[in-house]
Amino acid sequence: MQRKFDPIMSSATMPTTTQLTPLREPLRETLREPLRAPLQRAKVGMASLIFMESAFFAAFLVTYLYYIGKSPNGPQPIDCLELGPVLVNSVCLIASSFTVMLAVKSLARGSISGFRAWMLVTVLLGLEFLVGTGIEWRGLMVDKGLTIQSNAFGTNYYALVGLHAFHVTLGLLMLMGTLVLSMFGCINPRRDHVRVDILTWYWHFVDVVWIFVFMLVYVIGRVPQGGAL
Amino acid sequence: MNTSIAANEGAHAGGEGPLSFWESAMRWTLSVDHKKLGIMYICAGMVFFLIGGLEAALMRLQLARANAGIIDPETFNQLFTMHGTTMVFLVGMPVLLGFGNFLIPLMVGARDMAFPRLNAFGFWLFIFGGLLLYFSYIGSEGLYGAPGAPDVGWFAYAPLTSRTFSRGNSTDYWILGIMVSGFGSMTTAINFIATVLCMRCPGMKLMRMPMIAWMMLVVAALVLVAVPVLTAAQIMLLLDRSLGAHFFDPQTQGSAVLWQHLFWFFGHPEVYILVLPAFGFVSEILPVFSRKAIFGYSLMVAATVGIGFIALGVWAHHMFVVGMGPVLDSFFAASTFLISVPTGIKIFNWLGTMWGGRLRFATPMLFVTGFVAMFIIGGLTGIMLATVPLDWQLSDSYFVVGHFHYVLFGGTVFGIFAAIFYWFPKATGRMLNEHLGKWCFWLLFIGFTMTFMPMHISGMLGMPRRIYTYEADRGFEIWNLISSIGVPVQMAGVLCFLWNVVKSLRSGAIAGDDPWDAWTLEWSTSSPPPEWNFDRIPTCTSARPLWDKKHPEDPDAHYE
Repeated sequence: MQRKFDPIMSSATMPTTTQLTPLREPLRETLREPLRAPLQRAKVGMASLIFMESAFFAAFLVTYLYYIGKSPNGPQPIDCLELGPVLVNSVCLIASSFTVMLAVKSLARGSISGFRAWMLVTVLLGLEFLVGTGIEWRGLMVDKGLTIQSNAFGTNYYALVGLHAFHVTLGLLMLMGTLVLSMFGCINPRRDHVRVDILTWYWHFVDVVWIFVFMLVYVIGRVPQGGAL
Repeated sequence: MNTSIAANEGAHAGGEGPLSFWESAMRWTLSVDHKKLGIMYICAGMVFFLIGGLEAALMRLQLARANAGIIDPETFNQLFTMHGTTMVFLVGMPVLLGFGNFLIPLMVGARDMAFPRLNAFGFWLFIFGGLLLYFSYIGSEGLYGAPGAPDVGWFAYAPLTSRTFSRGNSTDYWILGIMVSGFGSMTTAINFIATVLCMRCPGMKLMRMPMIAWMMLVVAALVLVAVPVLTAAQIMLLLDRSLGAHFFDPQTQGSAVLWQHLFWFFGHPEVYILVLPAFGFVSEILPVFSRKAIFGYSLMVAATVGIGFIALGVWAHHMFVVGMGPVLDSFFAASTFLISVPTGIKIFNWLGTMWGGRLRFATPMLFVTGFVAMFIIGGLTGIMLATVPLDWQLSDSYFVVGHFHYVLFGGTVFGIFAAIFYWFPKATGRMLNEHLGKWCFWLLFIGFTMTFMPMHISGMLGMPRRIYTYEADRGFEIWNLISSIGVPVQMAGVLCFLWNVVKSLRSGAIAGDDPWDAWTLEWSTSSPPPEWNFDRIPTCTSARPLWDKKHPEDPDAHYE
């Protein structure tokens, strides 16, 4: 590759203007060509978005991990966090990943009514998670006196769980938008099932993040801290 | 500048004749065309470059003499904060992303980016993020009666950023402005990845892509890893400041060092985000002006990807003076030495490309050669600073300021100027004036050396960075004076450049499609390219598709 020298350009002359553009006659035809691999673009785009969000959550998870056991004063995780309600919420959220999968499968089979039904179940499960988190937070704030200002635990707990809930809300809005579109007949099973599938990747991602958050906050972070720094 | 390009394009598109100012403004504002967005990115970045440069000039004016009283300390703090933040987030990132926008689809033979509307969205986020940051000059007073721009330094160390020490809303403007433009960068990065991976023309395998496409792919991946971490840290800081959380407040078990880790986990990859695209410019321009194919293409790709990976594991070399302990210090020193290996490979490949070539020192080549030389100096002082004991001595001194200006000015900015001189004909259809271009280069080069070379010496003499004045008997005076005299020389160079742009847009030589006799696909379409880029999607037979087209008797494909 390194052997070529160009006789065209001597070091003294200014560059010449060469015209390499072909005539522009068949333009209108070629512009109507379908875009190449549009769905693949969507897949790469969504995968990149998820990659980016992973880095975002990684920062918060690492910060949470760093602050475990560093709250000598104020409410402690072992006293505040109860596993019962959050397990119900978690089961709902994880289940919604499977129902959204069934929704996409129905769509791929061409059953728009099956899609609507499973999508509705998914949205309801997602809403349960949000409402459940809200009730849990209310309990923590009112009964246990844990706020974002209490200590490092409160700061990290509300930041991490809150940001996850924010992403659940975003995902839920996407799913609800799809559901509403399907109500108005804007979703064509044959044309759109791959697109909808790509959209649900985000929902799966939000679920997977929850598994990490749950493990960190409710399992690893709930160990007794004994006031040690 | 914009109007005449728009008029030019209008004439291309439908022969409607020149557009009125309002029509062309609307056309640019509503555009989702990657070329228009790229040019708007670059122009907006250049405006911020002038603002950031003026801030630096004011600081140099104050530091020219010992005990000068031109600027008071508070203003000086605001100046270096805004200068750093502007140059990194509002000049470096947008100009380089702008070039990526303009070039990637043209170079890989696509009609547009993968997501054109997302592209426009990212651009406007950047603009409004920048405006939000600068709005702090008038809007940061809040309820606290403490007006002014952010004054916490571009890396905003805790606990200086806490409510206690940073009154008013200036730090909140810093957080929000950077966060908003950061979202813009992330959307653009997603777009780059999808475009490079999915939109290449038939025959353009990954290992036939122009080096810029490779560099931008790695840069986009780095943006996706690094910028979200900064966003996360900024959200934590915002929670600290607005809701009373305790992430970074040491008095309530928060950790100020955590901010440093999170910030530099973003901050060091950011350095590579700023310099890798410039590597790409060099790797495109150098071969064309040496009349040789690039030396060691596959090794160049491997080095780029290697830099991308290692860049994620070197961040704490910014924190040797924090007291991390010998284990972490040694690890980060070692990883920093390691990254000089792929960087060195690149330097040698560039030299190998020039070796025995028929060199033609047009302005882009001058800037590229300047880039290689200056970047080597910046890289070598970088290796010095990676040596922990030396870093303990030199950290936070003017030596560091000299070092990173050699990397970011001698490196990135020279690369940007090379790219502007090289691709201006493609974007506008007219050549930039060579005579003025040479003046621009030599003034910038001499001014740059005068300003930043003495900083190494004043730093070694012990002059700390970020001081607004210094005493007369420390031996700093002569070096600071030389640094400050360099500033007007650089300003003259920039004025030369601006005058060149204005003059060439009006009466520059018509460029034609391929003024440099280059080998990548953007030169196969007209200048400026039509909105659809290519009448027919090109096909690619080797890493130099245009060479094959011009030399069917000896195509590159034979040697692959």
